[in-house]
Amino acid sequence: MSRETSLNSVIGLGLLLVPLWAYWADEPFIITLSTKVAILALAGVGLNIALGLGGLVSFGHAAFFGIGGYAMGILAAHAQTYVPLMEWPFLIDGTKSMPIIWLVAMVVSALVAVLIGALSLRTSGVYFIMITLAFAQMLYYFAISWPAYGGEDGLSIYLRNSFPGLNTLVPIQFFGICYALLMIVIAFSARLARSPFGLALAAARQNEERVETVGMRPYNLRLAAFVISAAITGLAGALYADLNRFVSPTMFSWHMSGEIMVFIILGGVARLYGPVAGAALYIMLEHFLGPISEYWQIYLGALLLLVVLFARGGLIGTLAGREVAHD
Amino acid sequence: MTDLVLETKGISKSFGALKASNNISLDLRVGEIHALIGPNGAGKSTLIKQIAGGLTPDSGSVHFLGEDVTTLDRVARARKGLGRTFQISSLAMDFTVLQNVVLGAQGAKGSPWHFFRNAMKDKRLLDIAWNALERVGLQDQAKVRTADLSHGQRRQLEVAVALTLSPKAFLMDEPMAGMGAAGSAQLTTFLENLRTEAPILLVEHDMDAVFALADRISVLVYGEIIASGTADEIRRDPQVQKAYLGEESL
Repeated sequence: MSRETSLNSVIGLGLLLVPLWAYWADEPFIITLSTKVAILALAGVGLNIALGLGGLVSFGHAAFFGIGGYAMGILAAHAQTYVPLMEWPFLIDGTKSMPIIWLVAMVVSALVAVLIGALSLRTSGVYFIMITLAFAQMLYYFAISWPAYGGEDGLSIYLRNSFPGLNTLVPIQFFGICYALLMIVIAFSARLARSPFGLALAAARQNEERVETVGMRPYNLRLAAFVISAAITGLAGALYADLNRFVSPTMFSWHMSGEIMVFIILGGVARLYGPVAGAALYIMLEHFLGPISEYWQIYLGALLLLVVLFARGGLIGTLAGREVAHD
Repeated sequence: MTDLVLETKGISKSFGALKASNNISLDLRVGEIHALIGPNGAGKSTLIKQIAGGLTPDSGSVHFLGEDVTTLDRVARARKGLGRTFQISSLAMDFTVLQNVVLGAQGAKGSPWHFFRNAMKDKRLLDIAWNALERVGLQDQAKVRTADLSHGQRRQLEVAVALTLSPKAFLMDEPMAGMGAAGSAQLTTFLENLRTEAPILLVEHDMDAVFALADRISVLVYGEIIASGTADEIRRDPQVQKAYLGEESL
């Protein structure tokens, strides 16, 4: 077992044991914080497929996080008011079922990502960063100015959505759902990185010319990566909305895009557990420094600067050393 | 003429007032090594790009295996079987040597659209990859990170990746550039035998290698082919001696 694998197990296990301890010690708030870490990490794992593996610095992943959130908000709002989503040409009711909400969140995020990706991927570098940001901002202002679903005030959902066989209102059970999804997606992401697709995508990140010379199109590979990445971040958005039982346009804001990116940079770009480590660190900083100062993010900024200047591999890179090429 | 593999028909390309390619007609036949030589700035790279598909000629056409490929991009031409190596090594530097050749095998014989199977455990691709590494003598470096290879080894890897494509024609842009004398001699022997597999259009500065290998030589000066023929004909050509080989006694 390599050092990174052991480190990953420690992080993965830690994220499971902390809420279990909190459950035993009757500290529901810690469970909620852990759930938040799991969900934000999931969003980061999604972005990491585009950013880490594909080298696509998307500064607009809040678009998909928000779409996931609104997929949950809209479906659940219709379900709680018993007003169908649409009646013509066919009837679509709202739903309180998590699996259906997740599916909708992922599919809609993926479809929007096809559109955003197809246009954005014609550019690269700074232009790609800016155009993805612009798309996310468009959705942000659209959400603000759409009164049907709360506009600027957002949308409250009174009861958490349901999952067959579980009581999602019990914090530890909802944590279990989020943690399980995170683990499934991490396993998927690990397989993806080693697959023929992952190999070609990673090659396109390093050397576009090389990939073309062996007869594969970088654009197509990147678009697929962007769409997969968006679907995962959309799933995280739906869970995040369910955690808060509230959706608002802030989920679409560029701060959110930045936050997801910060998780990855803190934890380690292209590292499997990088977003988990980064999200955990972020939430811990917020939790411990938040009460000290309203401006706790100044410390986050300093930390981020240190990581970028002295520890390019992030937390995982610093502790586990340079990434070994897997075979 | 059924043995024509690759052919350019009067291709021209200008950048502003500079005529980088001026009505160039060139062909590559089955089983031969056709060397393209010329002084720096003669337009060799521009010509290579038009053949490989990075640049579209202003006029004229490029034919590959009897098909007009002028409008196809380099991905499409690579898929048709044009195996290219670069003047400056163009490899995935963070990959291991083996990953680079598996990537080539995958491009040629597989598909990137598999999301679950392990690329580095695909027996079919590994066979092709190992075979290519052994042929260029890089099998002992398979697990080395490409960025850690010596310059000469990177050149060998370039050739190995081209081999994984089992191309119908090779387009080699200075494969010996920056290689030591021993490496250069070794690669010369290797290319000598490779021509029976697929013909090679060879751009090279190493005159020893060119005159040892080439069945035909074309000389490019200021975007024009000034002479084309066997090694002996080129040596004797007064125009070539004046324009290019002048100072050296051959």
